[in-house]
Amino acid sequence: MSVQTPSKLQKMIQSGNFAITSEVGPPRSADGVIIEEKGRLIQDYVDAINVTDNQTSVCRLCSLAAVIRLKLMGLEPVLQMTTRDRNRIALQSDVLGAASFGIHNILCLTGDHQHFGDHPKAVNVFDLDSIQLIQTVKIMRDEGRLLGGHEFHVKPEMFIGAAANPFAGPNLEIRVARLAKKVNAGVQFIQTQCIYNMDTFREFMKMVVDRGMHEKVAILAGITPMKNVGMARYMQKRVPGIDVPEEVVKRIGGVPKEKQADEGINLAVEQMEELKGMEGVRGFHIMAIEWEEKVPEIVQRVGLYPRPKLDG
Amino acid sequence: MIKAVGKPLEEVIGMVENFRKILVAGCDGCVTVCEAGGLKEAKTLASALRLYFTQAGKAAQVDETSLTRQCEPEYLAQLRDNIDGYDAVVSMACGCGVQFLAEMYDKKIVFPGVDTCFMGVNEERGLFTERCQACGRCILAETGGICPIARCSKRMLNGPCGGSEKGKCEVSSEIPCGWELIYQRLKTLGQLDRFENPVEPKDWTTSRDGGVRKIVREDLRI
Repeated sequence: MSVQTPSKLQKMIQSGNFAITSEVGPPRSADGVIIEEKGRLIQDYVDAINVTDNQTSVCRLCSLAAVIRLKLMGLEPVLQMTTRDRNRIALQSDVLGAASFGIHNILCLTGDHQHFGDHPKAVNVFDLDSIQLIQTVKIMRDEGRLLGGHEFHVKPEMFIGAAANPFAGPNLEIRVARLAKKVNAGVQFIQTQCIYNMDTFREFMKMVVDRGMHEKVAILAGITPMKNVGMARYMQKRVPGIDVPEEVVKRIGGVPKEKQADEGINLAVEQMEELKGMEGVRGFHIMAIEWEEKVPEIVQRVGLYPRPKLDG
Repeated sequence: MIKAVGKPLEEVIGMVENFRKILVAGCDGCVTVCEAGGLKEAKTLASALRLYFTQAGKAAQVDETSLTRQCEPEYLAQLRDNIDGYDAVVSMACGCGVQFLAEMYDKKIVFPGVDTCFMGVNEERGLFTERCQACGRCILAETGGICPIARCSKRMLNGPCGGSEKGKCEVSSEIPCGWELIYQRLKTLGQLDRFENPVEPKDWTTSRDGGVRKIVREDLRI
């Protein structure tokens, strides 16, 4: 976390308050107004807003344009960038472009394989992976240098983030080791995959804390409320790297259909209350997929509203 | 070796149906090993084409042969004396052989008889799997002898990604996660300490990204 940037998210984390981020998924059209509307729904309840980059490999309005829109509204965006669709020339170019608009947060991702999305016949790039993108942004920011060697004066002042998925294979040991690799590469904050298996996450955090990594990187716990039992089952069976225990599916499915959304919110709130007491958790990343309007309620119910006002 | 599979018969028929003198040319190299384009497969394809022409009521001559290798001029020369007797050649070599044959006999129409797939191994009888993408700068010494470029669907140098599940790739449960294999091998070799050091961006100039490649061996040139 050492390098100071103008990021408001970084300031919130450093203030010792729980930081809250959420995300906006851009539309599959040129309708930029939707992004502004989604941003407006959550702006008073979060410290920063991620914009996803063609998530699940479905082609959408680009994250760079969307974060600029949010920035122009006075909000604090987090630019998500995957290495799937762009080589190091395009990635660095976009980082410079984002920084030129005062974007100060980036989430470095490798990205889902295009096999999942709406263009499975596309080529993929993967010139870099997420860890190499972290290294790249760090070099640009700290050394004022591109990978190709060109040196410049106006540096992109990025608070550098990445994802971590404690629930992916093969085991927790390697997941902690990979987080360590991201820390070694220079990551400053982590937004985790959606947490449903609290036991696994607790074990993960214990390993992180035992190694002292929680002092080097701020971990924001990923929360995605379940809308209904269908979504729970789908996430359990079909989404790679997500661990939905059977009791979660049973709990959501155990109430009448019209109450399932409420139960999903209840579950998310309970999880967050428990996570607040877990050492090393510095905040939350609420991914309310096409359900942004629920973010205010969740934040209020866990007692994290109003958001603290920090100087500057 | 190079792995290939025979093209569907309908596709080959679509290419040759308007020709009357056709040579099906197998290759005794890699495509013989993977049983896609050797003499045996050339004979089978030629028979199928003869049957097609007969059933379609078209008079046509379809012969088969196989060359020692289609990627060397000396062996392509084996066709020199009789290729003029044909209107078209279906080469059952890999893409290298098809092109080299067409280069040598540049007035002859040459069609591909196989789809060239990858460089791989014969994992079991009838099971060929990819191992190398010829990036031109081998890193197997650092990755426990397992290539992340060929074996990871995202060719990550710092894997595994968050989509790895139960030892399988997010692309398909039929694909082993290359990075899980690397991790397990490094563990077996007592080299896990390597794992936490970020691997820097790769220089892809020796891969296809550097343009069309060649090797010049002055010591071998005459």
